[in-house]
Amino acid sequence: MAVADFEPVIGLEVHAQLLTRSKIFCGCSTRFGAPPNTQVCAVCLGLPGALPALNRGAVVMAIKAGKAFGCRIAERSIWARKNYFYPDLPKGYQISQYELPICSGGAVPVPGLGKIGLERIHLEEDAGKNIHAEGGSEVDLNRSGVPLIEIVGKPELRSAEEASEYLKALRLALIYLGINDGNLEEGSFRCDANVSVRRKGESKLGTRVELKNINSFRFVRQAIEYEIARQVELIEGGGKVAQETRLFDNEKGVTRPMRSKEEANDYRYFPEPDLPPLLVSRELLDSVTVPKLPQEVVEMLGAAGVPAADARAIVSDPRLVEVHRRIGVDAKRAALFVVGELARAVNENEADLGALKFDPALVPAVWKLQDSGAISSTAAKEVLAELIRTGEAPEKIVERKGLAQVSDSAALEAVVDAVIARHPAEVEKYKGGKASLLGFFVGQAMKDLKGKGNPGALNGLFKKKLGEADGTHKAK
Amino acid sequence: MKTDLLPLSQISDALASGEVSPEALLEASLARIRAVDGKLHAFLRLTENEAHAAAKAAAQRRANRNPAGPLDGIPIALKDIYCMEGVETTCGSKILRGYIPPYDATVVRKLKQAGAVIVGKLNMDEFAMGSSTENSAYGPTMNPWDLSRTPGGSSGGSAAAVAARLVPGAFGTDTGGSIRQPAAMVGCAGMKPTYGRVSRYGVIAFASSLDQVGPFAQDVRGVAYLLAAVAGYDENDQTSSKRPVPDYAAALGRGVSGLRIGVAREYFGEGLSPEVERAVRAGIERLRGLGCEVRDISLPNSPHAIATYYIVATAEASSNLARYDGVRYGYRARAGQLLEMYEKTRAEGFGAEVKRRIMLGTYALSAGYYDAYYLRAQKVRALIRRDFDQAFATVDAVVSPTSPTTAFRLGEKLDDPLAMYLSDVYTVPVNLAGLPGISIPCGFDSKGLPVGLQLIGKPFDEETLLRIARAAEPPGHRLPPIVEDH
Repeated sequence: MAVADFEPVIGLEVHAQLLTRSKIFCGCSTRFGAPPNTQVCAVCLGLPGALPALNRGAVVMAIKAGKAFGCRIAERSIWARKNYFYPDLPKGYQISQYELPICSGGAVPVPGLGKIGLERIHLEEDAGKNIHAEGGSEVDLNRSGVPLIEIVGKPELRSAEEASEYLKALRLALIYLGINDGNLEEGSFRCDANVSVRRKGESKLGTRVELKNINSFRFVRQAIEYEIARQVELIEGGGKVAQETRLFDNEKGVTRPMRSKEEANDYRYFPEPDLPPLLVSRELLDSVTVPKLPQEVVEMLGAAGVPAADARAIVSDPRLVEVHRRIGVDAKRAALFVVGELARAVNENEADLGALKFDPALVPAVWKLQDSGAISSTAAKEVLAELIRTGEAPEKIVERKGLAQVSDSAALEAVVDAVIARHPAEVEKYKGGKASLLGFFVGQAMKDLKGKGNPGALNGLFKKKLGEADGTHKAK
Repeated sequence: MKTDLLPLSQISDALASGEVSPEALLEASLARIRAVDGKLHAFLRLTENEAHAAAKAAAQRRANRNPAGPLDGIPIALKDIYCMEGVETTCGSKILRGYIPPYDATVVRKLKQAGAVIVGKLNMDEFAMGSSTENSAYGPTMNPWDLSRTPGGSSGGSAAAVAARLVPGAFGTDTGGSIRQPAAMVGCAGMKPTYGRVSRYGVIAFASSLDQVGPFAQDVRGVAYLLAAVAGYDENDQTSSKRPVPDYAAALGRGVSGLRIGVAREYFGEGLSPEVERAVRAGIERLRGLGCEVRDISLPNSPHAIATYYIVATAEASSNLARYDGVRYGYRARAGQLLEMYEKTRAEGFGAEVKRRIMLGTYALSAGYYDAYYLRAQKVRALIRRDFDQAFATVDAVVSPTSPTTAFRLGEKLDDPLAMYLSDVYTVPVNLAGLPGISIPCGFDSKGLPVGLQLIGKPFDEETLLRIARAAEPPGHRLPPIVEDH
């Protein structure tokens, strides 16, 4: 098959739930997972007479996205009704934006791909959810009216892999902006893909197919790859791609027709008469701040001396970036802690990044104990683990667990003398040039000290007492 | 004359002086409804329990000399388009039979706060679509002046109830004339305020950019009391205005001398009954006699208003009525499949006129027709608004007939929707322009049927409108035969 002769053209439409506490047109909670139809009111149930009242918080979040991606933010945008019948749509229309969206243009930076252009970002309300059960279907309207932004990307992606990278970058950026939780499983970050193919060198776009139900990064790749192959095969066999919407079957890994162009809804968009135009003043626009996006944070960490791999690992989760920031000193060592001890604790369920028990600013105190010789490096690891687990002050942990090293020279000297007295034969060998025995002596002393001796100090004492071993002998 | 036959403002005075009690007024109202409404059919249901409790509370406040305002203790009734917590609200439709809202419309909440005693819900054309109240799924309302005639519509129940003195005041809604036209047909005052003056929250929508809440009363002062109780910004209705609400009643005493009144030639053309024209022109002469300056003006785009209205209003209605799908509330037809359920529910639940308008509106918004219909209609709407803006540069108010004819017979226009639509030819432009309008009685035709005179004002200048209406309203209060018979 000649997939290689064709060029896929892919554009993604992402629906991202905004992290407002209440819905976009009423005061109901947006919390996920509540019992069905417990977070509803006259407005989001579409009861007769109810009217929408805009939640400005959703507007601020849309502006934040627009500013982050360099979109034009409209001073005046228009709400529109998208009309269709479905049981999860209580008013029989969705309040959305159509002709004049709040954001247009802009681009999303994607590592390795440069910038992928955006057509627009608009605000809209989510629908409810149909629950198909035995004996009939039920509707849960808790999600009805949850604010969404729809981010419409330009058809600038050329492979399933690129689509997946774009999605990952977009998802992470929205998380950094604090406007979306990036949860594909709970449906708070959803994606549709428009896919077409054309012969290489051809400038005209092929007929596009819209893919739905691709709600994981893996499914996005699978669905798009399947669809590209299907379209190429169709064209190679002399057929034509039909403009249609197809559903991805994630069990079989195939796409199947959902509705044809002829069956497509005529949404009869028209301006929403219940809401005045959405006005964004200069003051509002200026008041919306945009935090650093992932790409910028990677660069910042690199400049501070953090190795690239560590930087990428930290940036993959803004909560790790936050811990790193709060440690405050020695960026490189802090990065090692974050991708080392902290990541391990998270993996072993001993820490929850959403609810940390410790103050990252205490981490340097542990390093200080270690560097001054007050505790051993092994003990330092234990103190860090305990700090992560309990949040207790490092000094307290050292004291409670008896991890302090003996560095008092009089006490150490007595032990060193005892070890030398106990092992005359080894002392002889050492003096004869077997320098490696130094470790043996230190080990014996450590045993006497129950592991709490300062190994550096012991090393020094043994060398002083026995004289430097002659290294040249050792080589023979 | 019995107190309960007096106009609202005089009843308010009687309550204030202790001449009559809220309970006695409620009893008189309920007695008259029981005696007369079998013939009129103005009410769809009574809210007697709530009314008794409200009257008792009002009496207590009156006794404590702490009334909530001029409406405290006055019986009123509401078009069945207002959601009222715990009280069935059908909008005149079978599709909402048995529907009980869990909340009060903002207007209902404000009326309760003002101490008004809500006695029941009034008949209307289904979803406020109609000009005769014959489109009610629960049967028509009759005109108190002639039981073989309609009271107009869609707020025909409200108009008939006030004209027949069943209640001193009532509320309706006006999307294209649905307050003013029935007020004219039954000989009472009815006002449509400026779009945005009164909250629409909890008022079942017909056409959102045109709908407006408004009062009926025998007298203009009563209208002013009722409007003052409900006007003002509501955070639940983002199309409501934040402009402060003036003291309407205080404006009434001021004279009208020197005010400029515009007479638009387009409102006195073809289709206007000569008898109506004679009465309206006499009304204009009375205004001139009071010192008003009468000027000829032109509103050249008004003749396009009906066509424009039936695109804008039906387009919005087709969307507003989509929620009546049988899924969550109201009527649901038995069916095996979803699509079949939708189709049967709406086929069986809606009446003919509602279906006609949903189809018209759906068509106007369809892909390929949107520009030719909806968009074009919006452009004409802007021109109609501009006509008024220009007129108001030279006049303080515009005067016209409210409707081209007096009350027509039941069934007379039922099979001719276009003839029915033309009954609102003088009122529709006012909604398209979002302006305030009021209809007041201005005499009778040779059959003894009331004629209405319409005054149209500048945006949010209800004060001037009420002031002129007060000066122009007839001094006497002729009672319809059904009241005298009782």
